[in-house]
Amino acid sequence: QSTLVVAEHNNDTLTPITLNAITAASKLGGEVTCLVAGTNCAQVVEQVSKVQGVQKILVAQHDSYKGSLPEELTPLILQTQKQFNFTHICAGASAFGKNLLPRVAAKLDVAPISDIIEIKSPDTFVRAIYAAVTCPPPAGVSEWLEQCLTKSDRPDLTSAKVVGRRGLKSGDNFQLLYDLADKMNAAVGASRAAVDAGYVPNDMQVGQTGKIVAPELYIAVGISGAIQHLAGMKDSKTIVAINKDPEAPIFQVADLGLVADLFKAVPEMTKALDK
Amino acid sequence: MSTSALINVSAIMSGRVLVGVKRVIDYAVKIRVKPDNSCVVTDGVKHSMNPFCEIAVEEAVKMKEKKLIKEVVVVSCGPQQAMETIRTALAMGADRGIHVEVTGKDYENLGPLQVSKIMAALAKKEDALLVILGKQAIDDDCNQTGQMTAALLDWPQGTFASELSMEGDKIKVVREIDGGLETVKINTPAVITADLRLNTPRYATLPNIMKAKKKKIANVKPADLGVDITSRLEVLRVDEPPQREAGVKVETVDDLLARLKEAGRI
Repeated sequence: QSTLVVAEHNNDTLTPITLNAITAASKLGGEVTCLVAGTNCAQVVEQVSKVQGVQKILVAQHDSYKGSLPEELTPLILQTQKQFNFTHICAGASAFGKNLLPRVAAKLDVAPISDIIEIKSPDTFVRAIYAAVTCPPPAGVSEWLEQCLTKSDRPDLTSAKVVGRRGLKSGDNFQLLYDLADKMNAAVGASRAAVDAGYVPNDMQVGQTGKIVAPELYIAVGISGAIQHLAGMKDSKTIVAINKDPEAPIFQVADLGLVADLFKAVPEMTKALDK
Repeated sequence: MSTSALINVSAIMSGRVLVGVKRVIDYAVKIRVKPDNSCVVTDGVKHSMNPFCEIAVEEAVKMKEKKLIKEVVVVSCGPQQAMETIRTALAMGADRGIHVEVTGKDYENLGPLQVSKIMAALAKKEDALLVILGKQAIDDDCNQTGQMTAALLDWPQGTFASELSMEGDKIKVVREIDGGLETVKINTPAVITADLRLNTPRYATLPNIMKAKKKKIANVKPADLGVDITSRLEVLRVDEPPQREAGVKVETVDDLLARLKEAGRI
């Protein structure tokens, strides 16, 4: 029994979801090996070396790994697999992991399992049948151009607390939420309606087709509670709903409900937290 | 423009796009699990085309309207009812359909690995320039078929696409990733998977629905394509998510904050 964890990083820092993948790999039992592939990833290797549960680190540095293209990383993983014969290969279920692992799995003729919990079952094993070692030649079929990440000083959506809400008349109204979120050191999410209306960027969307979040505290402000949105946040530890419609479905899942106009209640909360 | 560029452009204009469409339980239906926990209730439940597949069809049809490609071929795997989903795509503007007939136990066990083998075989057979799929189906939420199809064909992949543009014989893909967008340029042939914001799918008009009835749908079986659809996975049981109890209503902001403090949430 041995597991390969493909590290996700930006050459400077390890993406936190890799830690979840390492924890999952440890639970599978046996040796955990972490593959760090990048252009200049010494710093990331150092970070990984301090993570508990990682027995071995494989480093692959090459210009072709710029942007972590699946076309380039897949042959590398296959060669690593040939050399070490891992019983499992895993990565975080992020855009990176979802882009990469199915490609690797198809090459190994195994069915990938998107949910790490299911790997616990002995029947649902990613069985390695393929193979290899050193950096393969670049495939050269794809070229990474750019990444533009939304700049924000606030915590990432996957962090501790989230204030989420539907867009009202304009994106400016989100300022009310940002003020509250800042007081609580919380992230701000949004429903699909707000994203589609262009009030906030895409990556703020919470829901089945957006981000799935499970924070300690989720404050749903003016959110009615469409099934798709609930799917994205129902595992939050505490759900607070603020909505002026007492019949809004969100109240059926909220631990604490406040029937109130958000334009009054939210500034009042921000002010109260100031004290 | 150089001669070689001209050749490339004409190669694309004569290209064919293969689009996969999946029939799923309609997004608005409340899902119920069967009492024996074997799977979800599908009998008598409204089904529709997977919303991400609709976006894939729309993108292919738009490419044809812009004369970037010459033909849109739509594929669906499943029992007889899959034909309805193919008809919907034809009514949206696809040119012809391929129904890959999979029934009974084989259909129950049909997963991304098997479908990607079918798609890869058809992409070769049809000499496709592009395969466009939805990024995920809203029933199993796997998000794997596109990536696996690309792997089996050894083609590049442009997944979670929110914008596509042809650049010579390459395609520029703006991708939705965690925390923002990423742009990649990939060679053709390629596999693209459509994200939510790639476009807004059109509604089929009545005249187009009538026209779609005359369009051809070929019937093939996985074995005809030389594809083995043996499953590597077995579903052990399906459970309802734990029900969340409704909590209490508070009267004031102060009361709300006091309770949150008490619970240690703020």
